[in-house]
Amino acid sequence: MFGSIDPQLLLASLMVAATPIMLAAIGELVVERAGVLNLGVEGMMITGSVIGFIAAIKTGNPWVGFVAAAAGGAGLSLLFGILTQFLLSNQVATGLALTLFGLGLAALLGQDYLGVKAPVFPDWHIPLLGDIPILGPIVFQHDPMVYLGLAIVGGVWWFLKKSRAGLVLRAVGENHEAAHALGYNVIRVRMLAIMFGGACAGLGGAYLSIVRVPTYAAGLTAGMGWIALAIVVFAGWKPGRLLLGAYLFGGVTALQLNLQAASLSLLDVLTGIALVAAVVVIVVGLIQNRRFTAKMLWWAASLCIAAVFFSLYKWLGWVFNETLWLSSSPYIATIFVLVIMSSGGAPGSLGKIFHASR
Amino acid sequence: MLRRTLLASAAAATLVGTSLGAQDVTKVGFVFVGPVGDGGWTYEHNQGRLAVEAEFGDAVETVFVESVPEGPDAERVMTQMALEGADLIFTTSFGYMDPTINVAAQFPDVMFEHATGYKQADNVSVYSARFYEGRAVQGHIAGQITESNVIGYIASFPIPEVIRGINSAYIHAKEVNPDVEFKIIWAYTWFDPAKEAEAANVLIEQGADVILQHTDSTAPQAAAQAAGNVYTFGQASDMAEFGPMPRVSSIIDDWAPYYIARTQAVMDGTWESTSTWDGIGPGMVGIGEISDAIPAEVKASAEDMISRLASGEYHAFTGPINKQDGSAWLAEGETAADYTDDGLAGMNFYVEGLTAEIPQ
Repeated sequence: MFGSIDPQLLLASLMVAATPIMLAAIGELVVERAGVLNLGVEGMMITGSVIGFIAAIKTGNPWVGFVAAAAGGAGLSLLFGILTQFLLSNQVATGLALTLFGLGLAALLGQDYLGVKAPVFPDWHIPLLGDIPILGPIVFQHDPMVYLGLAIVGGVWWFLKKSRAGLVLRAVGENHEAAHALGYNVIRVRMLAIMFGGACAGLGGAYLSIVRVPTYAAGLTAGMGWIALAIVVFAGWKPGRLLLGAYLFGGVTALQLNLQAASLSLLDVLTGIALVAAVVVIVVGLIQNRRFTAKMLWWAASLCIAAVFFSLYKWLGWVFNETLWLSSSPYIATIFVLVIMSSGGAPGSLGKIFHASR
Repeated sequence: MLRRTLLASAAAATLVGTSLGAQDVTKVGFVFVGPVGDGGWTYEHNQGRLAVEAEFGDAVETVFVESVPEGPDAERVMTQMALEGADLIFTTSFGYMDPTINVAAQFPDVMFEHATGYKQADNVSVYSARFYEGRAVQGHIAGQITESNVIGYIASFPIPEVIRGINSAYIHAKEVNPDVEFKIIWAYTWFDPAKEAEAANVLIEQGADVILQHTDSTAPQAAAQAAGNVYTFGQASDMAEFGPMPRVSSIIDDWAPYYIARTQAVMDGTWESTSTWDGIGPGMVGIGEISDAIPAEVKASAEDMISRLASGEYHAFTGPINKQDGSAWLAEGETAADYTDDGLAGMNFYVEGLTAEIPQ
């Protein structure tokens, strides 16, 4: 059924593929929830990737690399913070400039490290959990950064939702003048958020150069920072959805490469996905409502119609560029799912300049 | 309309300025698709640029713009270069073909050189290298060293140059190993290290133990190295830092002699629109040192093939070869022509035995 694809390896590679985007996006989410729009994610990511790589090579210890990458990303974002928070420069322009600066800085720093190999960063084989058949190798046998990334997402969710400091941060993001009037230090909150965002972007970049690729090449991130930015928006500034978006993007990327290598037909796969989704809708609906509702029947029927459409299209032999659709599928799927789910608007003060005198 | 007039007059002004101010300095521009530090395709073009500087010293000034997207943005970059007084502009990726033709039409006094394309004009030359000769050597080696009989191929865009490479590698792998199977992934990018590494990992997971790449970064080499027991070939550049394993050999693009010759022609005023397509023989395609990680007899037969390709004694596409649908392409002993229908230049079909389909 799966051709030469090993579903276990596919699901395992999903978690790894999603990690760099997830790290960069969760940092940016906190920044934006504090009301700051930092478009410099790409620049901070690539700076983190090269600084982390150099530190890891010099010391032979990948952990030092990650710490250095986080520090480097935070340092670069500090520049952005000083410019936008104290010198009140335009956030969009400053963010774009930060990306350009970061790309140039990384190319300069990385000149002597092209094609150098990263020190080995071994996978964790988590005792007990890692031995569970099927599930173990998929979820519990990755490198520590995968779990650190998940922990950061969970921590951010808890921080924003449950903690007092998170409430202050959200208040600053929603209405900085009101927060200021209540006596909160808007600038300080934002500076901290910006540096957290920079550190996360740096970690994401270093994950690419130390674990994912694992080598350094100029322009390593190749636009991943922009995808992270987009995922924050499509996730409606919510950590849970961000996790879903990053996993969806990473997962569909891994899936489409697998389908290509196994030469499986996308239309067949879509037919299968639609039929499985229809069954899932019915089963989940029955469990939740204990009866058939009009809404779930409507969903199941539309999914079945879609399945018939896909198989009919294939059967008729109409023109269909499999590979092109496969290549664009990560973008389409992520946007499609997150837009369907979308709710919640942008933080009220997002991108606005704050000055206490106004 | 007004904008065009402005551009034209600005161009005229700049050209006058250049010819008055710096009569002797020839300005050569380069448009690159990736960063010069990609370790592959763009790296080698940049080496060619540096060779031009070394050859002519103060008599030339070179400028380059890296990571230029293939499409309308490329026109902006070329226009900018032409306005700034470039006398000769090398555009070094297939996707710059139409932008180059468009911009060249607006600047008849600037000479353009487009790599790997097929559209010429009075001031646009085309040049490319017969990478497929190198692919033949790769296939010859890959077919013999694979144990799983699965060879992974990371392709970039479905254009003739890439399809030629796949066909050439497949024919020569099949020749030495009838059971060989190719798994092909189209990355739809020239340069995206994370995606290239991901593609290499997927191919390895699906059983490939030799990875051929037609993308520009060293990421697949690193991924293969991390996986262990997988062979790769350096692409566009030697990538020797990944030898002797996984990188067992490479295709090296050597643009320097061509760039120097064309710059000289502009200096001498003898530049003409030409079409150049050189292979191993003239040296535009080099084969990197074959490492000792592969058996000595395989190395010897590969070296024999290299010398026969270089001397012209053997053509990488020699019949009998059928197309994928089983129809005859080349008869026994017939070699493929360059520019006829079904010729090499516009190749858009797989040869018999490949199971995948070309995206179109």
